[in-house]
Amino acid sequence: MSRRPYIRPVSKTTWYMRNKRYKVYVLRELSSFLVAFYTFFTICALAILATDSAEKWDSFLASQQNTGMVVFHAVALLYFLFFQTFPWFKLAPKAMPVQVGENKLPDSFIIIGHYVAWVIVSAFIFWLAGVI
Amino acid sequence: MAIAKKAIVWGLFAAGGTVTAFVVPALITLFLLVATGNVPDGLQFDQFHAFASSWLGKACLFIVLFLSVWHAAHRLRVVAHDFGIRKDALIASAVYTVAAIGTVLAAFYLLTIG
Amino acid sequence: MSTRIRDMELEIMRYDPEKDEAPWFQSYTVPCNEDWVILDAINYVKDNLDTTLAFRWSCHMMVCGSCGMMVNGEPSLTCKTFVRDLPDKVRIEPLENFPIERDLVVVLDDVMQKLHQVQPYIMRKDDPPAEDVEYNQTRGQLMKFKQLTMCINCMCCYAACPQYALNKDFIGPAALTLAHRYNLDNRDQGKSDRLNILADHDGVWDCSFVGACSEVCPKHVDPAAAIQQMKVDGAVEFWKQKMGIVGDKS
Ligand code: SF4
Ligand code: SF4
Ligand code: FES
Repeated sequence: MSRRPYIRPVSKTTWYMRNKRYKVYVLRELSSFLVAFYTFFTICALAILATDSAEKWDSFLASQQNTGMVVFHAVALLYFLFFQTFPWFKLAPKAMPVQVGENKLPDSFIIIGHYVAWVIVSAFIFWLAGVI
Repeated sequence: MAIAKKAIVWGLFAAGGTVTAFVVPALITLFLLVATGNVPDGLQFDQFHAFASSWLGKACLFIVLFLSVWHAAHRLRVVAHDFGIRKDALIASAVYTVAAIGTVLAAFYLLTIG
Repeated sequence: MSTRIRDMELEIMRYDPEKDEAPWFQSYTVPCNEDWVILDAINYVKDNLDTTLAFRWSCHMMVCGSCGMMVNGEPSLTCKTFVRDLPDKVRIEPLENFPIERDLVVVLDDVMQKLHQVQPYIMRKDDPPAEDVEYNQTRGQLMKFKQLTMCINCMCCYAACPQYALNKDFIGPAALTLAHRYNLDNRDQGKSDRLNILADHDGVWDCSFVGACSEVCPKHVDPAAAIQQMKVDGAVEFWKQKMGIVGDKS
């Protein structure tokens, strides 16, 4: 009897195609590009604002007003909700479980708490921006 | 053996993930409004300039930008690994350098305004 | 109780280290009782169709943890996976991410070593303890980690974990979870020591929270949650050590 264990190969570049769970994970991870994009987008906007020139700011706003950007932001918003915000809320109670008295608080409590807080934060931002 | 320095960036990643999850959908919505031509009052020059000139406004913007940029940097490092790029030290120094530059730029512009 | 019989085609991965260059699939048609678990069908093959088939099992009741296999690509405890929930054609493979010893038997040396490495026992500073001391534990203190004690070391989580697939040095879900179980135990004082090992390279940071381990765990241990909690602990401990407040149990 000789041992000769067989090692099944794993692709380092395409492993996530193996099942649906991994594909969803990779889609979730790709939302990091959106975080990076919007952060730098906002920094660029601040750079324009930092010129203290109303004309430059207005022409920046004008340059943003086209169908291409509408589509981009709309798609980005949906992608971000489904692959960043919602997963983050779903996973939050796992990293930070709360024990009240003897028993753990059900995950759903913490998740609902996140959604409530999210609505409040978003409403506050919209209020600040004069939308509502 | 000691706790790896990854603990620092992981802390920023976790805080940034929470902040972006809460704040970014509303921000994208504002940009979307701009793109459709309905510029919110708060983003008109006078109002936004006043907001970014106040210390509270500066602080809010800086915290969000600082945490987002480090969050994104850390996640992009993981993405690179997931797509089979195994030069982790190189990737890490690249993404964290960009994050540091982003942090400095955000601070610089915010301090310039007003 | 239904006693319906259904013919199922089992495609079983075979590998004989003395004859085969690589694994291959062999098909068996098994008249399955709908009340069976898939392990019964594999046992039917062994008893009636092919005595050379090698696989592990013992308790047939989700206790021993030895019957983990890939069932249609999903890491499963075969004594908990019912025939009635499966289609007519089922592919059985040895647990992924482990070397194949023979047929459905995998080599588990690596995870056995990792389970030791995490120091899965109560560590005390007053060792040996003074005589006649009792270390009490309330129900609330037990509930902090009870779920984590349900692990049966079936290693389905390792078969599901892509980060373990990519990097065999990663300590991985079940072993990290076991460590967290002791970190959360109020009688233990070894949390700092454990974090020094487990929040270092190849420890908790290598997990990217895919969550696959928790989805496949047959005992609902939720290893992914345990690992994220350890990351939080690791980040806190890091600053504690940096600031010179070397942490005890907190
Ligand atoms: S954590 Fe779950 S899947 Fe992993 S070894 Fe333990 S029981 Fe099995
Ligand atoms: S959560 Fe972590 S340990 Fe679990 S499968 Fe994902 S990467 Fe592996
Ligand atoms: S045979 Fe023991 S757990 Fe399945």
